[in-house]
Order: sequence, then C-alpha cells, then structure tokens
Amino acid sequence: MAAITDAELGAIAPAPDRPASRRTRRYPVWRWVILSLAGLYFLIPLYAALKFAGLKAFPDVLKQSGFTSAFGLSVRLAVITTVLTLVLMVPTTVYVHLRLPRLRRVLEVVTILPIVIPPVVLIIGVLQIAPAALKGSPNLLGLEYVILAMPFAYRSIDAGLRAMDLKTLFEASNSLGANWLTTLWRVVVPNLRTALLSAIVLTVALVLGEYTMASLDLYQTFPVWIVLFSQDSGPVATAASLLSLFVTWIFLMAIVTLAGRGARRRGGGEVALFTVGRQGTGDSR
Amino acid sequence: MTSPATDQRDSGPGSGRRAHGRREAAGLSLSLQNLHRAFGATKALDGLSLDIQPGEFVALLGPSGCGKTTALRIVAGFEVADAGSVLVDGKDVSPIPAAKRDMGMVFQSYSLFPNMSAIDNVGFGLRMRKAKPAERSRRAAELLEMVGLTDQARQYPHQLSGGQQQRVALARALAIEPQVLLLDEPLSALDAKVRLQLREQIRALQQRLGITTLFVTHDQEEALSMADRVGVMREGRFEQVDVPDQLYAHPKTAFVAEFVGTMNRLPGALTSGGNVSVLDEVLPVQAGAADGLSGDVDVLVRPEGLRIEARPGGNGIVTDRAFLGSVSRIGVQLSGDVAVKVDHPSVHAGAFAPGASVQVSMPADEAVLVAARQ
Repeated sequence: MAAITDAELGAIAPAPDRPASRRTRRYPVWRWVILSLAGLYFLIPLYAALKFAGLKAFPDVLKQSGFTSAFGLSVRLAVITTVLTLVLMVPTTVYVHLRLPRLRRVLEVVTILPIVIPPVVLIIGVLQIAPAALKGSPNLLGLEYVILAMPFAYRSIDAGLRAMDLKTLFEASNSLGANWLTTLWRVVVPNLRTALLSAIVLTVALVLGEYTMASLDLYQTFPVWIVLFSQDSGPVATAASLLSLFVTWIFLMAIVTLAGRGARRRGGGEVALFTVGRQGTGDSR
Repeated sequence: MTSPATDQRDSGPGSGRRAHGRREAAGLSLSLQNLHRAFGATKALDGLSLDIQPGEFVALLGPSGCGKTTALRIVAGFEVADAGSVLVDGKDVSPIPAAKRDMGMVFQSYSLFPNMSAIDNVGFGLRMRKAKPAERSRRAAELLEMVGLTDQARQYPHQLSGGQQQRVALARALAIEPQVLLLDEPLSALDAKVRLQLREQIRALQQRLGITTLFVTHDQEEALSMADRVGVMREGRFEQVDVPDQLYAHPKTAFVAEFVGTMNRLPGALTSGGNVSVLDEVLPVQAGAADGLSGDVDVLVRPEGLRIEARPGGNGIVTDRAFLGSVSRIGVQLSGDVAVKVDHPSVHAGAFAPGASVQVSMPADEAVLVAARQ
C-alpha cells in the first residue's frame, strides 16, 4: 500500500525545481486523497459483506455442518503444500544460483507457466494421468498446489538469494569444514528467513483461497464449502468468507511482524511480501 | 639468497612458540607443482610451480587475470587443476575436497555469516569439527582476543566495520588451526588507513603462529611489505619469485621491474660486449636481459637510480616536483621527448623548481636492465 502511494505521489509531485514550500503544502492533500480512494475501494465491499451477513451470523459459522472438516482440509493442504514447496524450491534455487546461473532465465520462464496456464487446464490434465492411488486422496490436491505456488515461492527465494553473496558464503563455510547440506541448513536458510516467510505467506494465502482445482477434483476445501453453503444460507456463507479473510490476514500480519523483529535484530531488511530488503552481507559500513 | 622465513625457523619466535607446547600446529610446507588450468581458450595457469617453506609467508602478486586467484583457489580446493598437484607437508591433497582440507581462508568480499554473531562465526569451524560447546566458545573467545575484538564478540556482522569484519574472518580462519592460511586480497575492500593497520596485524599474527601463508594481491606495496617472498605472476606463470628487496633492486625481467615500484624508461643502444649506451654513459647490461635484443632498446632505471644536479644548459628541464617525505620525486623532461622521475633528498630538492635546467645522469656502478623499445 505504501509503495503504491509513494509511486503515485512521485508521479504527481511537482518537478524538483519548484519551491520546496509548495511541494510540502501539496503533498499531504494528495496523499490523503489517494489513500482514501484506495481505502474505499477495498473497504466498501468488506463493509457491504459485513452488513449483509450481520454480526449474528459469525457464531453460526462454527456450528455449520462441514465447516470444521472443510477448514481442516484447507489447513492440512496449506501445510503439505508449504513444506513440499520449500523442500523442493530452496535447494533447487540455491543450486541454480550457485552452479547453473545461466539456467536462471529458463527457470524464471518455467516457474511462470503455472500462472499463464489456467488452473482448469492443469487440473483436467492431472486428472487424466494421475495414478489411481493418488486420485482418491486429497494429497493429489497438495501436489497440484505445489505447482501453483512455485512461481511465488521461486520469486521470493530468488530475491532473497540475490541479496546475499552466496558463492562466498558457501566457500567460506566449505573451507571451515561444512558440506553442502550443512551450509544450506546453517548458513543459507537462516539468512533467507525473510524470503522464506514471504514464500510461506504467499503459499498459504494461495491454498486457503484456491477454488477451481479443489472443486473440479471434488474435494470440499474451505472455499468450495463456502460456495456450496452459500446456496443454503447467504449471510452465514458471507460471514464465513469474511472470517477466512480475517484469519488469513491475522496470520500474515503475525508472520510479517515476527519476521520483521528477527530481521531488525540481525540487520536484515524490511519484510515485504514480494521484495526482500538488503541483508547482512551487502551491508558494509 | 635464502628466505628470511627459513632463517627464522631455526632461531626465531617460531621455535620458542613450539617449545611452549602450544596447540597451534607448526607451519607445514606447501608445494605447487606444475599447475595447469585453462578456462576455455584462456590459460589461467600455465605450469606454475612454487615451494613454500613451513611458516613462510608468500605473496602472489600480479595484474588481474594473471592467474593468482586461480592458484589460491586450487590450493583451497575450490578449483581443480587440469594438471599438476598441490602438496601439503609432502602429501598430495588434490583428491581431498575443500571441506576436509583444513585450509583457513579469508576472502576479499566480506564473508561472515550474517545470521551469526562474531563469536559464533569464529566458532563455526570448531562446531563442524564437533568441538564441545564450552571448548568452542573458549577457543573462539581466545581468537577474538587475538585480533582485538573481545568487546565485539556478541555483535553481528552488520554491526561491525569492514576492518573488524575482516579481523573476525581472520580469527574464524585461524580457529580451525589450518594447515595453511590462504588470503585472497583480504584488504582490498578496506579504506587506506584500516588497510595499513590490518596489514601489520596480519603479519604479526602470522609470525607469532608460524603458520604457512599464501597471500594473493594486486597491490605491490602490500606484497612487498608483508611477505617473506613475493612471486610476481604474469599470464599463468611466475616471472620471478624472490624476497622483496631483491625483487625491487634486481628484477629479472622488464615486466617485474615495471610492475614493482616506479620505473623510468630511457632510450639507449646496445653496443658490443654486452654494454648499453645511455645518457652519454656506457653501462654493462644485466646478464640475460639483452637476450634477443639488438640496436635501440629502453634502459630501465628506478627514480632513485638516477642522479640530478642543477646545471644551466643541462640535458633536462624540471616539470614538477612532489614531496614524498624524506625524498622528493622530481619530474624531468629530457631532450628527445623523454620524461623521467628522479628521487632526490628533500632537504636538497629546493633547487629543482619547475622550469629549472638540470643535468640527469646515471651512476656507472651497476649492470642495468634493458627491454625492447616501446
């Protein structure tokens, strides 16, 4: 949000040769106008939903049939997806950075494919070829979500790795007697904390909100349940989706705050979802 | 000429240290044997050989791209030589991976682990060696004290200055009691004053521990002031490996002469009997220097190797004068469009103001180095 406002202000701000007094006078006005417009754009639908659901509907959500199992399934999928994504993507991205830097372009293109190809196409393809044993298990959905999460995870990790002198860190650690895995675990991962948290945040958000695949795969995840349930009771379903929004939001805020505290203590940069600020290595005084 | 390090081993601080029974291993010999390494069509190393005595400090000096860093990385185990071997204490270490070679390395860029405090960085190598936590922190604290950073033990790399970070990196490299210490331009990212301090500190520590050290640099002043011997490299080979004063006073090739210190080129002509005529003198040519040359050549001479005196109608005009402390460096334009630098004691340099007419001459007491005319 702040980034958008700054960029907008940059475009609107008077040319540098104008007197400073005029600039400072005009700045706050535009800032508030833009903030309010953006705020209204996001808040009005939320308010409308809240109004439609009514506060009474919230306690009812928890009592609805299917809510617990649907939410439980979504959380389980989020955990599976996050763990698998990190286990696959961290070593791969580190390896590519370290040994196959020329492959980085290829990997960037490959990792954007899941965004380019519609989920409907992906899931129909998967259902055609998936082994029967997997088809009967929600774990299949987890595997599919790993593919969907790959673009976000790759970009976060890639940004984190760019911020450190990976080759020197590996060589230093190597010369001190650590092997590849030990270095990855003790040196790289702790310094990727911010990037990993942003990968986790994006993956979790994605899984908690994905509808197409789950629905075509006939699993009642939380988003699927909301859609089904809204046909029974609109207000309660709306309350449920608002609740899921708040839960996700609180979860993300908690992660970002925790990460920010750790990063400040050790000199890491700002924690943001898509960008990773400067990390210790690049910081010389 | 034997190296000073060789002499020290017999009577210097090294033997005293061993007598005290300290745990630091005595320095081991290091030998690079006929190393070859090519990157595509570029030969980074072209038959490089070097024997380093136990406890000796050798600098590899050369312009960028001369192969010095490749040589160091092969010793460390980060690169593999196409041919040749590296011996430590007479044993071939080529098959041993970097992680098991016990080489302490300090890098050019800051290489401390950002997620660990100074003391944890220093203790990392010991942790990899499964040292007990108590032993680890005792030893790490000891090393931090050695580099004068006891107060910074709990600080993270981003809280330390560049010089402090490199000192922690040095302590970290020494903590594993390495067989050989490898320094890859560790000072080049630092500012001048810190560089000077750290230079002295590294040298003092190296001598105290008696650890065999290979140091890579492109800074000749650094190499000459720190090392027992300096190997000047060019295109993957040594031009000359020698103690600093010999390298300076008796360079064997024109490349070494011009890479180390300041060198003047004066037009001269080879005469019969291995002599060269220059500045109205006929001087003997250093053995081998004129091989393959004939006729017009350049005579190489250092600023302090030239004499200057005020003389109306002399062979040159002073163009500039720089005060360097005890000596001043005087720029002189000689006839024939030749510019030279002459060092002269500052107390007597008053007469050589820009525009003054002077006579520049060469004392006829030593054989000179010649090179093809440029």
